[in-house]
Amino acid sequence: MEHKNVNEWYVAKFKSFEDKLNGQSKSFLHEIRKNALNSLAELSFPTNRNEEWKCTNVAPILKHNFIPAMISTVPKFQQDEIKPFLFKDFDYHLMVFVNGLFAEELSEIGNLPKGVVVDGLNRIIKNNPDSISKYINNLSKIDNAFNALNTAYSYDGLVVIVPDGTILEKPIQVLYLNSSKDDLVLSLPRNLIIAGKNSQVSVITNYRGYGDKTYFSNIITEIYIGENAIVNFYKIQNENDGSYHIEKVQAIQKKNSVFNHYNINFGGAIVRNDINTLHDDQNIETHYYGLYLAHGKQHVDNHTFIDHAKPNCMSNELYKGILDDNSRGVFNGKIIVRRDAQKTNAYQQNKTILLSKTATIDTKPQLEIFADDVKCSHGATVGHLDDTSEFYIRSRGVPQELAKSMLIRAFANDVIDTVKIEPLKEQINHMIFEHLHRVEIENEQ
Amino acid sequence: MLSIKNLHANVDGKEILKGINLEIKTGEVHAIMGPNGSGKSTLANVLTGNKNYEVTNGNVLFEEKDLFDMDPETRAREGMFLAFQYPIEIPGISNATFLKTALNEIRKYNKLPELTPTEFLDRIKDKAKVLGLDDTLISRAVNVGFSGGEKKRNEIFQMLILEPKFVLLDETDSGLDIDALRIVSNGVNIYRNPNNAFLVVTHYQRLLNYIQPDFVHVLYKGKIIKSGGKELALELEEKGYDWIKTEEFETENAWPESE
Repeated sequence: MEHKNVNEWYVAKFKSFEDKLNGQSKSFLHEIRKNALNSLAELSFPTNRNEEWKCTNVAPILKHNFIPAMISTVPKFQQDEIKPFLFKDFDYHLMVFVNGLFAEELSEIGNLPKGVVVDGLNRIIKNNPDSISKYINNLSKIDNAFNALNTAYSYDGLVVIVPDGTILEKPIQVLYLNSSKDDLVLSLPRNLIIAGKNSQVSVITNYRGYGDKTYFSNIITEIYIGENAIVNFYKIQNENDGSYHIEKVQAIQKKNSVFNHYNINFGGAIVRNDINTLHDDQNIETHYYGLYLAHGKQHVDNHTFIDHAKPNCMSNELYKGILDDNSRGVFNGKIIVRRDAQKTNAYQQNKTILLSKTATIDTKPQLEIFADDVKCSHGATVGHLDDTSEFYIRSRGVPQELAKSMLIRAFANDVIDTVKIEPLKEQINHMIFEHLHRVEIENEQ
Repeated sequence: MLSIKNLHANVDGKEILKGINLEIKTGEVHAIMGPNGSGKSTLANVLTGNKNYEVTNGNVLFEEKDLFDMDPETRAREGMFLAFQYPIEIPGISNATFLKTALNEIRKYNKLPELTPTEFLDRIKDKAKVLGLDDTLISRAVNVGFSGGEKKRNEIFQMLILEPKFVLLDETDSGLDIDALRIVSNGVNIYRNPNNAFLVVTHYQRLLNYIQPDFVHVLYKGKIIKSGGKELALELEEKGYDWIKTEEFETENAWPESE
């Protein structure tokens, strides 16, 4: 019954959301919203009885009545206040969203090559809706109530359009800052990246919390990767400890394209990432890299999916988890190799280190292979920090805690090492160090 | 520098060291020899603080301080260094990071300033040359993909970088061909000076041809049963351990322990 009430709550709030749209209710997006609202009324939020959500209990999220950011008060930030959250020491185009709403005054998009669009969804809907109408909500289909909720309230988010043959040299850094004084706010970014033929683009999404009020980020990111295009997509998630974070990424790749997805998670009480890629033609390359650190009672669930629908494609996946205290990790790596997808190469690895006796991991490779001429492999390991290595490092004068943290960073290294932007790599390493350090401090208290 | 008194130690509940007494003074090189299972490695591990080895009796003073009051890192920062029999591979940590962290921790403890990157690099290059090590080694992960000989050389390399006062060489010669043995010994001999001391643990005499000890002790069944000068090592090489064992038997009969 509780779930039913949650749906009703969000359906009921829709009227006040609609009132805020100022004439935009005639846009094509509004039709999508209304259909999604119908789905939201009908779909249940997933429970443990749902195979895809077997290990992740979302009841704590549904307990709260969150207020969609559009009908809540959006906090104001000054430029200096957001600086500490940004990745620095390299050039980038900066987009800032506060509670999922585009903060133009904080963004510094700078000069873009001809035809490139880097903007907020709401502005695109006002100024040039045709540029995205083919893509939005077409790449991703609603498959649960969280998706429906995002879509029904879809209003703002990152839109990147890179025309054919264009290379965006500087990465786009996108700061999603979530914060609230009063309401339990629901942040609903709706992101869309369209990379045309022979184009290249790198996007760094950076999710952060400010203050300690509970909030909920429920995100959908759609990525279209045209023929021969290269997209590097980084997600670094460091939400507040008490917050909830759910993102669905749906990518579609065309012929000869390359998609590199980096998924690095530090924060959040309950985190769920669905990373889905469909191979829509031949000679496609997909790389998934994931790293998550969890402590306390954090719950981090990564569900990845690569749909090998066409022949001669390759995918490679490496996910690593570092779990302490009573935290729980979930990894589900689904690979489907369809009947036509001969000469597929698909590799998957999931490695976990448990730093306490009470941390747990559920890891499940899910390979469904219907073609006969393929190379597929998967492996999962779960272990503890190696005592012998720790002793060896200590015997050279390094204190125990530092020796442990060195070993943990070493474990994370083959994921972090794949990050192509050197200063970003260093700063992620630093975040790992800080995160581990914080874990130690909390243990001592 | 190091004073071991009546040291008893257990591994997995079994007593391996049964009362070791040993005095090592600054500037001296001591060798401990003994057959397999005599307790040589246990002694080395106990001295560096491996927690799998349990000290049940006796005490060890390192420069007048109680060694067993110190955790492994403090022992290292006080100037103790163990060249491991089986050096550990650590994927993901480069030799540079490893050594820089260790060196700076030791320097911090001794109230010395951290080395600048240039000073550190110079020291690395300098010492690598002594051991005929390739400069690129420094960016490789610690011992990963190293041959047995390279690992042993890397131990001596670490010793030269960290500049300890007291060095324990645990079977450093095992698995080394004659060229590698020469290089490793040369590293030790270069470092050897009147202000430091060495304890060389070895099964075979051949290492002692290159690193000449001042004293040789024979360890058997957890006790030092004979001590002498470097000629004792030659005698052992020639006659094996059997003649000592017989002698030991007589020793035990002469001074029965009250247990």
